[in-house]
Amino acid sequence: MKNAICTFCGNACDDIEFDDFTGKNLCPLGEAKFATKQRIEGPIVNGERVSYEEAIDKAVEILVNAKRPLLYGFASTVNEAIRLGIILAEKLGGIYDQCSSVCHAPSTLAMIEEGIPGGTLGQAKNRADVVVFWGCNPVEAHPRHPSRYSVMARGFLTKGRQYRHAIVVDVRKTATTYLATEFYQIKPGYDYAVFSALRSIINGHDEAVPDEVGGMSKEKLTELADILVNGKYGVIFYGLGLTHTRGQDRNVENLVKLVQMLNRRTRYIVQPMRGHFNVVGASAVAAWEAGYEYAIDFSRGYSRFFPSEFTAVEALIRRDCDAALIIASDPAAHFPKRAVERLTEIPVIQIDPHPNVTTLIADIVIPSALVGIEAEGTIYRMDGIPLRVKKLKETEYWSDYEILKLMLDKVVRLKGE
Amino acid sequence: MVDVIVITGRTTDQGVTIDEKLSEEYVKAVAFCEMNEDDMRTIGVREGEKVKVKTDFGEVVLFAKKAVIKDLELPKGVVFIPMGPYANQVVGRSTGSGTPQFKGVRGTVKPVQEDIKPVEELLKVVK
Repeated sequence: MKNAICTFCGNACDDIEFDDFTGKNLCPLGEAKFATKQRIEGPIVNGERVSYEEAIDKAVEILVNAKRPLLYGFASTVNEAIRLGIILAEKLGGIYDQCSSVCHAPSTLAMIEEGIPGGTLGQAKNRADVVVFWGCNPVEAHPRHPSRYSVMARGFLTKGRQYRHAIVVDVRKTATTYLATEFYQIKPGYDYAVFSALRSIINGHDEAVPDEVGGMSKEKLTELADILVNGKYGVIFYGLGLTHTRGQDRNVENLVKLVQMLNRRTRYIVQPMRGHFNVVGASAVAAWEAGYEYAIDFSRGYSRFFPSEFTAVEALIRRDCDAALIIASDPAAHFPKRAVERLTEIPVIQIDPHPNVTTLIADIVIPSALVGIEAEGTIYRMDGIPLRVKKLKETEYWSDYEILKLMLDKVVRLKGE
Repeated sequence: MVDVIVITGRTTDQGVTIDEKLSEEYVKAVAFCEMNEDDMRTIGVREGEKVKVKTDFGEVVLFAKKAVIKDLELPKGVVFIPMGPYANQVVGRSTGSGTPQFKGVRGTVKPVQEDIKPVEELLKVVK
């Protein structure tokens, strides 16, 4: 099969050749994704193997009897399944949350405030003569990003790396620093201040900038500001270095303000480096179904968005949910300790292809088909481009869509439309 | 003991083993604390020996690892732990955005003789 899509990271590379066992053109992360690994053999309820129908019956019983179930995950599945998950959360009067809430959710908050001067990866490839990686490490997290979309990509107007500035700004040198034409090291937690300094310099108020900001000398700041302003078309890719550190959404907001300012002189876009292959779908589908992207509570019968209360981590720490349906995610491995402690106290239903840390605490485990290998559907790449992922081989496993469809049908039968 | 700022994040090894979290390879990929060589010398710990990272939010025992890939090293006073169940013992709380502070958490590192807990024990499974 040619032109298969890799369903690991937000790059969603669409040039994979797959021959039933292995794929060509894959990066190390993609190779691991397509490799044969241990699977959950069949549906399990309290340690015993059961049929899919029985497991789903038990799961529905838990969800319907819960006061406020948490439905969390969704970043590694297709839009069709995500849509059913949101409807299910609404019918159950539960909370819908997805992996962004421990990832790029502060970007969403910033974009609600400031908007997004966005574009596509194609524009980065074809036009960008200035590529900035701020607080991100694509060489390890999105390995083919530099060659397919940014630093080395040969585009129509910018023909490869010798015509580009590749700027890395980070608190440490990373593997991505090797690709950089310029590297600027800042102190952890000082991104906001550095953006403000750059804005001042670009705005002609460099006299207001002190000799050193966030570990960068004024000279270095001026040098960076000059490169940015002199670019014909710039793309600022940023990662969790902004959203996970002091300032969070305010860091991204200040970055967007910097990009708006650059757009008065030249052309710039900003692009978050999204992690999972369809984490954008987990936001976008929720936005068109319920009006919000994440941290949505349906307990009053309508959707309410309040991130400091309804993200999965906050709902767990506040003990505001009494059951959890986890799909296509592993919160037990990726949530802070106190949230995981609550997860071990409540009934947990897991839908996932592989055994993981959440499997260890789940009461009901329902194995699913691997999206993009054994199940098809629509996904959004990190820049919002919709792609159709293919089914490359047959499987006995049910897809996320099939599992959620039967769950939803049963819930509707019990609770009414 | 040294005062540090803890940052967490993805690595290639963490990504490669992400679908095999119950394997030894995964623990190897995520149960370490990358440190600046000078900091390691200050607390008297060598590569592969164990350290305890402590923050206001918890503590965890990890392997110490010299942060040098070719010439890439962490600044003094900054340690890196790959994202995962070990890092999550010490990461911070949300300050209002709903997203926990996974990077830039103040803490300390000291050498210890304790064992690294298996993932199951970190979960403190009560069921």
